Amino acid sequence: MKLTLRVWRQKNADADGAMSTYAVDGISSDMSFLEMLDILNEQLILSGEEPVAFDHDCREGICGACSLVINGEAHGPERTTACQLHMRSFQDGDTIDIEPWRASAFPVIRDLVVDRSAFDRIIQAGGYVTAPTGSAPEAHATPVPKADADFAFEHAECIGCGACVAACPNGAAMLFTSAKINHLNVLPQGAPERETRVLDMVAQMDSEGFGGCTLTGECATACPKGIPLVSITSMNKEWLRAARKAGKR
Amino acid sequence: MTSYTDYTTGEPAVDSKAPSGPVHERWDKRRFEARLVNPANRRKHTIIVVGTGLAGGAAGATLAEQGYHVVQFCYQDSPRRAHSIAAQGGINAAKNYRNDGDSIHRLFYDTVKGGDFRARESNVHRLAQISVEIIDQCVAQGVPFAREYGGLLDTRSFGGVQVSRTFYARGQTGQQLLLGAYQALSRQIAAGNVEMHPRTEMLDLIVVDGRARGIVARDLVTGKTDTYVADAVVLASGGYGNVFYLSTNAMNSNATAVWRAHRRGAHFANPCFTQIHPTCIPRTGDHQSKLTLMSESLRNDGRIWVPKAKGDTRPPNQIPEDERDYYLERIYPSFGNLVPRDIASRAAKNVCDEGRGIGPGGQGVYLDFADAIRRMGRAAVEARYGNLFDMYQRITDEDPYEVPMRIYPAVHYTMGGLWVDYDLQTTVPGLFAIGEANFSDHGANRLGASALMQGLADGYFVLPATINDYLARNPHQDPVTPEHPVVQEMLADTEDRLNLLLAVDGDRTPDSFHRELGELMWEFCGMARTESGLRKALERIPQIREEFWRRIKVPGTGEEFNQSLEKANRIVDYLELAELMCLDALHRAESCGGHFREESQTPEGEAARRDDTFAYAAAWEFTGTGVAPTLHKEDLVFEYVHPTQRSYA
Repeated sequence: MKLTLRVWRQKNADADGAMSTYAVDGISSDMSFLEMLDILNEQLILSGEEPVAFDHDCREGICGACSLVINGEAHGPERTTACQLHMRSFQDGDTIDIEPWRASAFPVIRDLVVDRSAFDRIIQAGGYVTAPTGSAPEAHATPVPKADADFAFEHAECIGCGACVAACPNGAAMLFTSAKINHLNVLPQGAPERETRVLDMVAQMDSEGFGGCTLTGECATACPKGIPLVSITSMNKEWLRAARKAGKR
Repeated sequence: MTSYTDYTTGEPAVDSKAPSGPVHERWDKRRFEARLVNPANRRKHTIIVVGTGLAGGAAGATLAEQGYHVVQFCYQDSPRRAHSIAAQGGINAAKNYRNDGDSIHRLFYDTVKGGDFRARESNVHRLAQISVEIIDQCVAQGVPFAREYGGLLDTRSFGGVQVSRTFYARGQTGQQLLLGAYQALSRQIAAGNVEMHPRTEMLDLIVVDGRARGIVARDLVTGKTDTYVADAVVLASGGYGNVFYLSTNAMNSNATAVWRAHRRGAHFANPCFTQIHPTCIPRTGDHQSKLTLMSESLRNDGRIWVPKAKGDTRPPNQIPEDERDYYLERIYPSFGNLVPRDIASRAAKNVCDEGRGIGPGGQGVYLDFADAIRRMGRAAVEARYGNLFDMYQRITDEDPYEVPMRIYPAVHYTMGGLWVDYDLQTTVPGLFAIGEANFSDHGANRLGASALMQGLADGYFVLPATINDYLARNPHQDPVTPEHPVVQEMLADTEDRLNLLLAVDGDRTPDSFHRELGELMWEFCGMARTESGLRKALERIPQIREEFWRRIKVPGTGEEFNQSLEKANRIVDYLELAELMCLDALHRAESCGGHFREESQTPEGEAARRDDTFAYAAAWEFTGTGVAPTLHKEDLVFEYVHPTQRSYA
């Protein structure tokens, strides 16, 4: 296939960015979207231009590094990560727009690369169980009902890519934050820190400059791992419960 | 241009920390003999940890919990993205929850045997002992392992063993274990005990007065190279499978940290022991940038076959049952499709070499679920493998419920790595290597679901116990500041190398060199090796290296975010490591585990190990680029598991 690419180019965080247009040829439908970008970059290097910077690593859809807005959609037209998107989703002659995540809490570092360290700080605020190495009881001492284990797993699948934020018209991080809270709060191991976890993580999320949630639902539509929208409702319930309990004290 | 095909033999490598006595008492004994650091003094010690995968993440969190000041690095934008995250299948532990005859001794036995008698008994036994604690630790962290309806943990059997000792979290076990370690690490970062440097890559090791005292690292965002000093350095930077260009490793996984440490004096052990995983999705063309593994748990229910006739291009559903060759079931009737990875991979190569391979280029075999679907029903197959089938369909655009999967072996894991003693310390005092970065516990072949076990054992339990001894014995080291002349010299070295890469301004891209090297390595140092092939590779690699420094083109500058510069700098190290891998493969004139030497096979075509000559770990000492290295042999003694030729027939 022959394609026209319009790619966001931005030298660094302080520079202004703009869309640049490139042509690529000989693209096979079996290529992944990132392999198509590899071909563009090889071309650019040989023609003396600087290649397009983009985050990527595992290329298996699990590390969460890739972060492209393709034709206006986070990770593009399929419900997967950009690295698992294949060129068979496009037609010969297409023009494809490629942009970075757009959110004030994710500043651009270069081209398509953004700074997602706000997510790390949300986890640092309470997205863990305090269980220092060596202190663990026998694993079978506390059975976990299968339904709870499955609920925890469903939320633990979040890969922290940030597509939810990129897709949200408000740039909110509610789906990311709720996924971790729901994963840990439903488990008996996470119960002792249930209240502080939700209050501290939500407070950190607010302080990072993410937008507010208006339950638009774009986040859950864009999520490559299928974290459900009700995750946010469950978090809100957890937060109310914790806030009321804290208020009573 | 300098090159070598020979080496000199030096003093034997001796593990001075290895305890004696009954194998099951050695770890207790070592922990008791190891000196401790007073809790009040720990915060005065700085420990650098490079990497945040299972080993590094677990070590950073645990050392910080103990009170040490940890300074940690990863090249990814977040510690949560280390490539441990991509491990699918599971983690072994000798819990014997199934009451199916498992025990610590059996896990120990299986691992030594699976490693084809090239691992150290003491280390492997310790690993089996600790496996039990790992599961407890991970459950306490909230890792959502698969559970039964009664609420207890589920287990399954996995590649090459006959007990169900593998704990799992659907097909995402590595992700869930890594997030557990990442969350523990995050707690320590928030507490101020870990100073985390994401998007920062280690480019050299700082050795002062014979001891590891820090690293040179580059901030990948600003491009600034800087020095970091410490009392000890821990490398948890993973394996070197990306030497082959195409592998199941992440695109940026690299060998720079271990290779730079090797150049500064750390011996590199068994570099030729690489694992080729049998169940990966075949490549589709020259554009291929990496290969994707399909969990080998698929071999529990899928049947592997190729057509009996050469060049049979009929679609699989038109090939009648009696014209199919279920070759693993035929050759290895008792283990069938569950033979260890090295055997399954080589068998696939053999049938493809005979001209019976399927798919593009004849580089593939079928993994067929038709019988499983008939037996258990589609719903049961979906429950077990649904996410893997979805992944396969997304990549290949074929429906594995209807059409057999196509699979082919791919480079997956490297058993070799920095030589370490029982304490996981390298030959450079104060430099430790954990996880896939060391040569450790898997011998010449790693069993399925053992990498996660080893990474976490090293990170949570082994290193935090043994590093105390080093720090206690070296309590008042002279303070090394960034102004120290040796530190300055090493910083200048790194900057010179980067500037040289930028200055060449040639006409070939970094990827083009990486691909060329990878193809050479796959051909001559891949699944089957011959003396003449290895000699060819050893002749060719220095030529590629020479051409690299003449024709490499790296656009941009060093003072900015520059992914081409990152790549090119990693290739510099691959071009030296590849040569050592070939030399190691050449000198080991036996077949063993992941290393199959065509000259060393039985009349039936099976691997012939040569214990009389090669029952040792080969620890190589660096003597200069393109200069013959020095070999230090560590003799392996088997007191408990007596070497036999592996038989899976």
